[in-house]
Amino acid sequence: MNDASTEGSERMIGMQEVTASALLTNKVGLHARPSVKLTQLAKRFASRIEVATSAAGPWTDAKSPVKIMRVKASQGEVLHFKASGADATAAITALVDIVTRKFDEE
Amino acid sequence: MERRLPGLAASSGLAFGPAVTFRAVGELRRAKGSVATEKQALADAVAAALQAVTALAGSLEGEAADIVGFQVALLEDDALTESAYAAIDRGMPADMAWRQAMAEEIAGYDISEDLYFRARSADLADICDRVLRQLFDLPELAGAPPGAVILAQDLPPSAFLGIDWSRGGGIVLGSGSPSSHVAMLARGRSVPMVVGIGSEWEAVSGTVIVDGVAGLVLTGPSQESIARAQRQASELGRLRDQAEARKSQPALTKDGTRIAVMVNVAGLADVAALPPEACDGIGLTRTEFLVEQSLRDETAQFGAYAGLLRWAAGRPVTIRTLDAGGDKPIAGYTLAGEANPFLGLRGIRLSLRHPEIFRVQLRALARAAAIGPLKIMLPMVTTAHELEQTRALLDAVLVDLAAEGMPHAMPALGIMVEVPAAAMAVARFDAAFYSIGSNDLTQYATAAARDGLEVASYADVLHPGVLAMIAHVARHGAKTGREVSLCGDAGGEPRAIAALLRAGIRTVSVSPGLLALAKDAIRGVDLSAPDEAA
Repeated sequence: MNDASTEGSERMIGMQEVTASALLTNKVGLHARPSVKLTQLAKRFASRIEVATSAAGPWTDAKSPVKIMRVKASQGEVLHFKASGADATAAITALVDIVTRKFDEE
Repeated sequence: MERRLPGLAASSGLAFGPAVTFRAVGELRRAKGSVATEKQALADAVAAALQAVTALAGSLEGEAADIVGFQVALLEDDALTESAYAAIDRGMPADMAWRQAMAEEIAGYDISEDLYFRARSADLADICDRVLRQLFDLPELAGAPPGAVILAQDLPPSAFLGIDWSRGGGIVLGSGSPSSHVAMLARGRSVPMVVGIGSEWEAVSGTVIVDGVAGLVLTGPSQESIARAQRQASELGRLRDQAEARKSQPALTKDGTRIAVMVNVAGLADVAALPPEACDGIGLTRTEFLVEQSLRDETAQFGAYAGLLRWAAGRPVTIRTLDAGGDKPIAGYTLAGEANPFLGLRGIRLSLRHPEIFRVQLRALARAAAIGPLKIMLPMVTTAHELEQTRALLDAVLVDLAAEGMPHAMPALGIMVEVPAAAMAVARFDAAFYSIGSNDLTQYATAAARDGLEVASYADVLHPGVLAMIAHVARHGAKTGREVSLCGDAGGEPRAIAALLRAGIRTVSVSPGLLALAKDAIRGVDLSAPDEAA
């Protein structure tokens, strides 16, 4: 089960690293309100969660609104997520979902 | 010792209360302590600023709450202070370390190619200032006692919003202008305000009387002056109560001429306390504050316009397209460093230069028009070509919306008359309606800047030359059956109303706080009697 799929093995609790990506389609990009929503959501999970606009990084702490704002990701960019920890899968699912839902703003 | 400090009346009414001075941080410098002391000082200042914005966020709604909520999120984040602490470790005092760290952060936003991100530098500057105020122990205005008179060189709108005005109080500014955003806020909430008293404000303490009718500030007032101010305030209060009691009744002059009275708003919050029956609709919606936050966000704009139309319940809602420039810059959108921004690239001139952004607003407006009678008003129109260019853009937007199957309707397209050349050539403009922007028309016609203290007395809407232009536009409207309204401050000024009605104006639009008094002033005018002033 511990293969190279995007979802880590449940048996590896505490160790798994999960990755996924989502296209930023909301018009304002990762602007003030969306970035606050994103970081608030990320903080609900115990896992370490990072975000990047390129699969190669650089990676940014998804729980820091200041750092997220510095990324200045705008509409049309792809957000890559990487999480490690017990609830990494749930965290990634929730983050991809909120980006896909355009942060419930449009 | 009683002293009289003359200034300009910016918001009517009388206030007297304890003076509270609000000093800008400016070039203040901190005496450096040990590294541990400096770190603690910064930590305490950030914690206190966070507490203040958190409390403020809880008391606000809508866009204002979002802006302050963003500041809360940033102040809670250790990443914001990291580099400041590192600089303290290298031997820098807390204030300098913080200023430097925030300057770098702000620079990062300023260089962004995205307008949204560039506009955020104002939030960062506000955060920077809040923490510095704590570091220098400068009081937050939110802690001012009820009924206090706030004295400052200038007052940021966010500071105004942080004050509880429900128990009275007033504002005195050293600089400032009756047309500033904070003066509009003050008029909207009936907070007496005098601006332009010069540097005298710095030395004021004790009880202060703010006479927002005469444009006068009294410091160290005698018992007699206090008693007189109290009498005047209660008389004003009585007149206001009387006017309020008849607010929902139509405004008829003594001779029975019906005058439509509409309201000027920046958003739904401005009319939250006003029953829509009390007015004849919305005569001016300033979209600058809304659109600055959502330049490309059609949904957000549509939501705001739709909210106004639903509130108005079938009454007309006039929405002015983005009027940036002049005294209303938008970082990354308006031209930076214009030598004379009031005569520069502003209003419709700027919108037509940014069709991709203008189109978003026109789409949102055309969609909202499906909900109720929506009127689009173009600011700063100078040539008929600008109106026709906009009409072409609007037509294209309507075609797109139809193709997308999106609910929409054709809004009425009208212009603001505020450029004298346009006023004199009004017959050239094939507009559905004309709305006279008396503040700018007066400033341009009298060659006296509206924010220039030394020349403010020249900028008088009652100048016969200004009134002649207003009458010219009103005659054209009457002849061609098109509505002419007036949406500047003069419409809410009791001393100006008679002259405006005699010039032919039959529709005015005023700040919601002035609605009742404007209606009462109209009721005092007799258009059948000869004009005493003539």
